[in-house]
Amino acid sequence: MAADPKQVSADVSVPPSKPAFWNDPAWRAIFFQVLVLVGVVVFAAFLVRNTLHNMESRGISSGFDFLSKTAGFSIGETHFGISYTEENSYGKTFIVGLMNTIWVSMWGVFLATILGFIIGVMRLSTNWLVSKLAMVYIETIRNIPLLLQIFFWYFAILRPLPGPRGSIQLSFPIINFTHLIITVLVSAAAIFLLWWIGVKKRYDADQKAMPLWMLVIASVVTVLIIGNVVSLVTGFGLVAQWNESFFLNNRGLSYPQPIPEEGFAITGWAVAIGVVAAFFVRRWAKKRQDETGEQFPVFLASLGLIIGLPLVIFIFSGLPLHFDYPKLTGFNFTGGSVLTPEFISLLLALSFYTASFIAEIVRAGINAVSHGQTEAARAVGLRANPILRLVIIPQALRVIIPPLTSQYLNLTKNSSLAAAIAYPDIVLVFAGTTLMQTGQAVEIIAMTMAVYLTLSLLISTFMNWYNEKMALVER
Amino acid sequence: MADAAQNHIVGEHPDLLPPKTEVGVWGWMYHNLFSSPLNNFLTFFGLFLIWVTIPPMIDWLFIDADWVGETRDDCGREGACWIYIGVWFKQLMYGRYPDEDLWRINSMYIIGAIGLIWLVWPNLKYKGWIGVFMLFLFPVACYFMFSGGSFGLERIETPLWGGLFLTLVIAVVGIVASLPIGIVLALGRQSKNMPVIRAICVGFIELWRGVPLITVLFMASVMFPLFLPEGMNFDKLIRALVGVMLFSAAYMAEVVRGGLQAIPKGQYEAADSLGLSYWKSMALIVLPQALKIVIPGIVNTFIGLFKDTTLVLIIGLFDFLGMAQAVATNPDWLGFAVEGYVFVAFGFWVFCFGMSRYSQYLEEKLHTGHKR
Amino acid sequence: MAEQSIESSGQDLPAEGLVIGEEEVIKIVDMHKWYGQFHVLKNINLTVHKGERIVICGPSGSGKSTLIRCINRLEEHQRGQIMVEGTELTGDLKHIELIRREVGMVFQHFNLFPHLTVMENLALAPIWVKKMPRRDAEEVAMTYLKRVKIPEQAKKFPGQLSGGQQQRVAIARSLCMNPKIMLFDEPTSALDPEMIKEVLDVMIELAKTGMTMLVVTHEMGFAKTVANRVIFMDEGEIIEENEPEEFFNNAQHDRTKLFLSQILAH
Ligand SMILES: Nc1ncnc2c1ncn2[C@@H]1O[C@H](COP(=O)(O)OP(=O)(O)O)[C@@H](O)[C@H]1O
Ligand SMILES: [Mg+2]
Repeated sequence: MAADPKQVSADVSVPPSKPAFWNDPAWRAIFFQVLVLVGVVVFAAFLVRNTLHNMESRGISSGFDFLSKTAGFSIGETHFGISYTEENSYGKTFIVGLMNTIWVSMWGVFLATILGFIIGVMRLSTNWLVSKLAMVYIETIRNIPLLLQIFFWYFAILRPLPGPRGSIQLSFPIINFTHLIITVLVSAAAIFLLWWIGVKKRYDADQKAMPLWMLVIASVVTVLIIGNVVSLVTGFGLVAQWNESFFLNNRGLSYPQPIPEEGFAITGWAVAIGVVAAFFVRRWAKKRQDETGEQFPVFLASLGLIIGLPLVIFIFSGLPLHFDYPKLTGFNFTGGSVLTPEFISLLLALSFYTASFIAEIVRAGINAVSHGQTEAARAVGLRANPILRLVIIPQALRVIIPPLTSQYLNLTKNSSLAAAIAYPDIVLVFAGTTLMQTGQAVEIIAMTMAVYLTLSLLISTFMNWYNEKMALVER
Repeated sequence: MADAAQNHIVGEHPDLLPPKTEVGVWGWMYHNLFSSPLNNFLTFFGLFLIWVTIPPMIDWLFIDADWVGETRDDCGREGACWIYIGVWFKQLMYGRYPDEDLWRINSMYIIGAIGLIWLVWPNLKYKGWIGVFMLFLFPVACYFMFSGGSFGLERIETPLWGGLFLTLVIAVVGIVASLPIGIVLALGRQSKNMPVIRAICVGFIELWRGVPLITVLFMASVMFPLFLPEGMNFDKLIRALVGVMLFSAAYMAEVVRGGLQAIPKGQYEAADSLGLSYWKSMALIVLPQALKIVIPGIVNTFIGLFKDTTLVLIIGLFDFLGMAQAVATNPDWLGFAVEGYVFVAFGFWVFCFGMSRYSQYLEEKLHTGHKR
Repeated sequence: MAEQSIESSGQDLPAEGLVIGEEEVIKIVDMHKWYGQFHVLKNINLTVHKGERIVICGPSGSGKSTLIRCINRLEEHQRGQIMVEGTELTGDLKHIELIRREVGMVFQHFNLFPHLTVMENLALAPIWVKKMPRRDAEEVAMTYLKRVKIPEQAKKFPGQLSGGQQQRVAIARSLCMNPKIMLFDEPTSALDPEMIKEVLDVMIELAKTGMTMLVVTHEMGFAKTVANRVIFMDEGEIIEENEPEEFFNNAQHDRTKLFLSQILAH
């Protein structure tokens, strides 16, 4: 071992001598691992033997045959257009439960993200009051158990509501579209002119611009005048009629269901075309900027293409959409659609709760971009908007996205609290009712866990991929 | 530089007060509330929000609320009925634990509180011994005191346990028991030269972290009886506790792993170079440092677990929330669920908020201790 | 060591030959600034002519950074006037934008954008502020990368460069906007000694092109050879300003002498 390496000729290498195997770390490691492995296997065998014995003595069958047996119970609500009746099998029960879990998680993720980002940005506001309000929200909501919040919405708010006959009603005006379009277009043009003359031109000419409050008042007055003129000229007002459309009672929220008529498909296609067109506009704008340096308002143009274009087509194809309004007939509502109290409570609690965590993530992400970055961007002359878009957001997102995805995962796992208020998610209908009826605990719990595990695995795969892709190159 | 017209000597310019718009109430309001049109709007909107929410809340909670009385008839319907909480206070706190034995719980509360304060208070002596006592002796003492059956104490079955007391028992047992398991799992996951052990640990950790607690509790309540040899059975609380322990051990393992990874490689190498064996270097050098770093993480895990204990009501245990839920259905006292929820929410909030502040304080202390 | 090499390379600096224009590019009159109650800048009067190279020194916390950050309005002042290139700095966004295009700034901690390559760091402002075609912007960027002698690093990310290289990229990034004035806030104080020279060399090169420069630094070698004027600040005031020779050999104010004795001691 201690031989001077210089004395060893190149072709005769002396291997280091080996220690006795009981002192060799490699052997020790193998020995230790075999020991643990044997322990784990023996323990598992013990559990399996007990389980098999217990199941036999209690007359519980095993295997997955039960999945094709008739379930014999009904489920309160189904989504994604799946229908389910008592005659369906346990297998179908599993699918329906899974879909209900996905449904509520999907909406929860959507709402929590919006709310979380808004509150996170509020928390960073330079406005003291706004920042403190956001802080109060975060510190209150995230320190109260989620289950308590679900119960609160369900048992304290929604269930004590009056029955269908005493519903809380919300009326909505039925808008005269022609009137609306004319007014909006003319007003927009007028306000633009006002701004152009009062602010932009004067500002460019280095004169004192019209103060903001004056602009706002002038705009409001203009809109009112134009609206009334349009009414006079066309002979009908903006509101065609008031219609009772939302009913909140102890059976949930009934709301008008949009029903597409013939020809609505064109609008749908317009959306698709708008999305594709926006994509191409973006590419075109980037190419043009690269070549000529000229910039193009891509965001506005995309908005126009994705929302404006379908809207115009919708109007010109003769508004092929009507609403099926809920109507009180006897003791209940017919027509329209309904959100059950279980769904609403679960959705609200999940969204509010998760939003408080997302807000903190957003705040931390934006704070993680050092102030020096903003200063450097300012020093080279960039304006606020490009600083956000080119410097801050790309850096903040790297920090935000990984914990954000794990919040999405948490929300999905937390949706299992549905079982406590009988929203028919997978835990309630499968790990609850189905288990109770068949007694096949091992298979059912394993299947339920597998669902969540698959989801976790997918999400953590995504996160690893993202982190690898986004890691800042360092030396 | 300075013109001759200056009325001060160079280098001795007095500190002047800033312009009025910079300081004082007005300066503060200008900078923090009314610095731009958007901020003006937001400030007024915020004030409006406060105006519509806070006064009615205060009315309901305090001004219109009923504080004294015995029955529901003493409660007007204007504000909160705190009489309801008063009547059911014992149940909310201790469940159905016999009145004459409450001293057993309370005395342990007092001992626990003293121990905790001692540990948390900065610069007190004997923290190590107190810590050992709190981690090892105290739980054992609690077990004998709470369940009885020896030392002349009457046996009190766990179905009688409930309320905040049960919540604390589950959360504390969960966290205390999960700590050693978590450490072992974390060490296993970090061991580079033992792939089998590593795989087992990773599998265990990811399994429990990947599923919701409620499925673990379901498993504990329906599957554990199947796992055990015939004739052997544990009561519901023990089963729930085992479930909670497995679950939180997985989270704890990840927290500890974070600490192990934060220890610089030099520390491991220094320990090796001193000739310490693996276990000695872990126990003497690495773990003491790693555990110190992860205390805030442990506190955060505890907060999460504390909130999650409410789930045990789904498998039929009556914890703090479960008890509120149960008394709300008492036919004599229907219609006061909100008061119950507000009370329980307040209880949880005080605990969780306090702990999260404490962990933030620790984090700041750690940061300054390490960096500057 | 770094100091010597600067003095030697400073020999060929056409300090005498370079004409300092009469044009006043920066004029600060009776300027005051407060942070809350704290009076950081007191009665600052300073005129900078085109082509002047000014070194600002003074103890830490004396307000040097704050002063030069007021010049491109990273900080706002509360009293007095700052005129840059004939435009007064007020809250007016248009003026601020105008001035920021004319004034480049180099920070102590480089502040490169870590998510963009060196080339993208340099081309960002020309593309988005000057509306240059990308090809042109990259050409400009390449010219300046060559000037700071690291054209081969264009495709790398800032995190892959050494501190000295990063600071040179930061200088090039400012130069890409073709500024008339360059501000340097302790550009070498975050660098290891062996990297200081490479950055100072780049700054000396820049001085030779006749750039107006305001440099906060404690590199006295640089001050002696490159500066036309040295300004000493303490407790928010300009205590003394003079030509380098006079400043170092014949300081007037006691505080200046004390400072110089401390800084030149090691
Ligand atoms: N954003 C700030 N808020 C409050 N005080 C500040 C701020 N920035 C700097 N200061 C204070 O102003 C003084 C001058 O700071 P600075 O200009 O950075 O000094 P120098 O660059 O000369 O070391 C210091 O006392 C510093 O603490
Ligand atoms: Mg400074």
